[in-house]
Amino acid sequence: MSALLELTGVEKSFGSAPVLRGVDLELDEHEVVCLIGASGSGKSTLLRCINALEPIDRGTIRLDGAAIAGRGVDLNRLRREVGIVFQSFNLFPHMSVLRNVTLAPREALGMSKADAVARARPLLERIGLWDKRDAYPDRLSGGQQQRVAIVRALAMQPKLMLLDEVTSALDPELVAEVLEIVRELAAEGMTMLIATHEMSFARDIAHRVCFLDAGQILEQGPPEQIFTAPQHPRTAAFLRRVIAAGRL
Amino acid sequence: MDRILAQFFDWELIAESLPGVLRGFRTNLTLMVVAELCVLVWALVLALLRGLPGRAAAPLRWFAIGYIDFFRGLPALVVIYLVGFGLPQTGVAPFSEMSLYQLAVVALTLVYGAYVAEVYRAGIESVHWSQTAASRSLGLSSTKTMRFVVLPQAVRRVIPPLLNDFIGLQKDTALVGIIGVAEGFRRAQIFAGSRFNASSYVGLALCFVVITIPLARFTDYLIRRDQQRTLAAG
Ligand SMILES: Nc1ncnc2c1ncn2[C@@H]1O[C@H](COP(=O)(O)OP(=O)(O)OP(=O)(O)O)[C@@H](O)[C@H]1O
Ligand SMILES: [Mg+2]
Repeated sequence: MSALLELTGVEKSFGSAPVLRGVDLELDEHEVVCLIGASGSGKSTLLRCINALEPIDRGTIRLDGAAIAGRGVDLNRLRREVGIVFQSFNLFPHMSVLRNVTLAPREALGMSKADAVARARPLLERIGLWDKRDAYPDRLSGGQQQRVAIVRALAMQPKLMLLDEVTSALDPELVAEVLEIVRELAAEGMTMLIATHEMSFARDIAHRVCFLDAGQILEQGPPEQIFTAPQHPRTAAFLRRVIAAGRL
Repeated sequence: MDRILAQFFDWELIAESLPGVLRGFRTNLTLMVVAELCVLVWALVLALLRGLPGRAAAPLRWFAIGYIDFFRGLPALVVIYLVGFGLPQTGVAPFSEMSLYQLAVVALTLVYGAYVAEVYRAGIESVHWSQTAASRSLGLSSTKTMRFVVLPQAVRRVIPPLLNDFIGLQKDTALVGIIGVAEGFRRAQIFAGSRFNASSYVGLALCFVVITIPLARFTDYLIRRDQQRTLAAG
């Protein structure tokens, strides 16, 4: 079976600063892959490139076998199939929770209001926020906002979800409720690529962990192997720093 | 002192001139409302043109930038003269058919469209790019992103400066008397000329102030409220 997502030789620079320096990565359907690496190693940039929020300079990105970078690609269609959740939630502050979740199904998929609400309702009920559907984002806690952001992406029924440090902006006591949702999604078979600083979470949830260093995937493998017996000295050094900072 | 009082504050003359001045001032008010609506639309068009992405849209961008610079550089009085006296003489439809009132609306829209376009642009640019990223990542086109995500937030933020420009617009409606629109200033002028006394102007001044001061207070109130909100949000 061919991979759901396939990156080969992806390069990306900002000005003269190379950020991605030849990334090769494959994700099978239902696979959960965690992306770890130091701050500035290019995790967010990689996710943004897969979602075509940033154009890439070289290489190819394929989703379901079809090239999704370069000329002639329908970016809006691609983005409907790939959901992304950001560190800073990025909910639309001038819209109610329900409108946040139904906007894209209605305006990008052309669904009727009733259909979009019917799709949003079980999602919001699942995260326990259907009662807050008329509230505006600034009335929600950070954890609630991030759960709405996840559900907003899910409402497009994407084939692939990209999560960019979805708990980094949260108070410690709110982290668990967000990770719980991600765990459930993984259990249901959602294909996910997750950039995270939460090493114990990565160890717990990932089928595979990729260590990104200075714009390259230096090492990848099952979490047990990466976390207990890293092959590359730089991976080992990174994990030592993480342990010293008390995050594993 | 008495001479000054008599020249400006002859209450009998103010009372006598007021009905005519008020009738003229009604024209100022409708002119203000009609021109404001036109300005809101025209300025939005300019601001959107100016923000168009891509190389193909470069001529439109340059047009918008050139337009905005040009009309912000011209005194409103000059534009009113040019439009009011110049345009009808070209014989070009639809200008040759327009009433003075309509020409005044055109002139004010041309001038204030440039100012308000810049206000819109500041508002659009103040919306954080992550909002655009979130919207595009959900598969919304750039047009729909502008319409549903960016513009509503931008407009909310620029309401106070928008009101400021409208106070200016409202005052400048007094300029269109020079092309013969029978607005308040024109009527006050005619009355003053016949009596060699400026009191009718004072009556008109009071009319303007009664409208603009509450508007200015309201604008300040909105600005303060916004500031408090920003502070509260951290
Ligand atoms: N829009 C941009 N313009 C210029 N440089 C950028 C831009 N976005 C990211 N960079 C740079 O690219 C590098 C990688 O950034 P990126 O955000 O992908 O790292 P990261 O691995 O996600 O880091 P963190 O763990 O802090 O989120 C950094 O050096 C950053 O300064
Ligand atoms: Mg990042």
